[in-house]
Amino acid sequence: MSAALTAADFAALWLTLQLAAVVTLLLLLFGTPLAWWLARTHSRWRGPVAALVALPLVLPPTVLGFYLLLALGPHGPVGAAMQALGLELLPFTFAGLVVASVLYSLPFVVQPLQNAFEAIGPRPLEAAATLRAGPLDRFFSVALPLAKPGLISGAILGFAHTVGEFGVVLMIGGNIPGRTRVASVLVYDHVEAFEYAQAQWLSLLLLGFAFAVLLALYALRPSTRSLAP
Amino acid sequence: MSGELRIKLALTRAAFTLDVDLALPATGFSAVFGASGAGKTLLLRSVAGLERARDALVAIDGEVWQDSARRIWLPPHRRALGYVFQDANLFAHLDVRGNLDYARRRADGGDATAVIELLDIGALLARRVDALSGGERQRVAIARALLSRPKLLLFDEPLAAVDLARRAEILPYLERLRDTLKLPALYVTHQPDEAARLADRLVLLEHGRVRASGALPELMARRDLHDAFGDGVGVVVEATFVAHDAADAIARLAFDGGELLLPLAEPPRTSRVRCRIEARDVSLTLQAQGGTSILNILPATVRGMTPLGAGAQVLVELDVRGTVLLARITRRSWETLGLDAGRPVFAQIKAAALIG
Repeated sequence: MSAALTAADFAALWLTLQLAAVVTLLLLLFGTPLAWWLARTHSRWRGPVAALVALPLVLPPTVLGFYLLLALGPHGPVGAAMQALGLELLPFTFAGLVVASVLYSLPFVVQPLQNAFEAIGPRPLEAAATLRAGPLDRFFSVALPLAKPGLISGAILGFAHTVGEFGVVLMIGGNIPGRTRVASVLVYDHVEAFEYAQAQWLSLLLLGFAFAVLLALYALRPSTRSLAP
Repeated sequence: MSGELRIKLALTRAAFTLDVDLALPATGFSAVFGASGAGKTLLLRSVAGLERARDALVAIDGEVWQDSARRIWLPPHRRALGYVFQDANLFAHLDVRGNLDYARRRADGGDATAVIELLDIGALLARRVDALSGGERQRVAIARALLSRPKLLLFDEPLAAVDLARRAEILPYLERLRDTLKLPALYVTHQPDEAARLADRLVLLEHGRVRASGALPELMARRDLHDAFGDGVGVVVEATFVAHDAADAIARLAFDGGELLLPLAEPPRTSRVRCRIEARDVSLTLQAQGGTSILNILPATVRGMTPLGAGAQVLVELDVRGTVLLARITRRSWETLGLDAGRPVFAQIKAAALIG
């Protein structure tokens, strides 16, 4: 197979990595407090919120993408508000991809983290409280370090899942080279255009990446096996 | 009030209600004693603020931690206390030094050397927490609690999770801590000998209420409280060290009721000592026995009797020239010897333990 990967392929791969990195970062930023809340709260909203977070696990990506498209589009509530503020609409932009991916990969980060926080239990935090650590101090000095395995699992899963998503991206991002055309979509394009050799290379790369990620995950944390989708 | 530890708590958890009102001197060790399920841990957790009582007043030395009447509630991290958990509860993500530093940095950041020496954990500093024995873990936990510069120490059965040998290993450290630091402490336990060894006051907890509270020797000598101590019922006698016979390894002690001879390898460190004499180690005779291996035979007067358990045995209260001794004998012996209040007898003490 000659002329393995073209510039377009590399551009798509690069965009994929950028997307996955930004999404993972955002997920850790927002997913960690959410997971902490879910792990500790006795609120009656716990159930509904947990269900909402888990929705992407069972929902067809096209359904999520469709609703996002409606919501973020010019006639949707978010889109209308953004237009009123003079902001660019999100569909068919990189930012739109980020928003959609964050929602779509949310359970893959929140659930391992929530499990890790729950596994810590209240006792180390109580010890910290009696040693004069306030709530925020306890979170950063005890809860986060003890939840490190969950944090790592969540980050790896969130990153890998974002790299692998297709349906949501297609719905919300379309297929704009350099802007929203990620690797998974490009594989589809190659196949559509009968460029099987290039589809092969790109697929092989994604397959290798996915395998390596899961291998690393299982090797590092055998106990997280049950968390993998 | 200054110099006072005030604990007034009312709270309900499921079907259990804790309702106590205590005013203890804010010095020395007070044992919170009772069967499991009496509410000892709940009391300790409430003092620490780990449980929130609906109606409470917690104050030490005039410093109010909690007062529901005035809507004052300090969270645990704002209360100057050191809590030693039953299972040590060390941070698994930190080594021993890290655990100590955690407390030190959040207190005054002072020097840890004295505390490390006191608990003899200098050799453990670089160890991982999971590489410690049960006894070592508990010593590190105690050191960590001390390094947070507490005004009150709370011990939640710190020896319950360790075996008998480890218990004997940790007890001397607790005694040393009590004698050198002079910090007030609440010490939860269900072991009479542990309470007798460490505490000078006793709070007897039963079904969430205070059954009795006061000086430990007085409470342990009370016949009507015998059921709280179960098999370990016995008295604590304050005595003065007189002499030590190195050849026989025997110490002679004097107390109000006479003299006691105690097998002891070394003379005690202080002249004021306490002995614990368990009721099961005391037997009674009508005449002073000669030709016996028992070293301690004291003339006494019977004050009264309480049947024990099913009634095969009785607990006899004796007056040894003003000092109370308790003896556990069979009901048959009581009747055969014709014992009754006012009857002069001889108390044979088979064993007595020096407890500090």
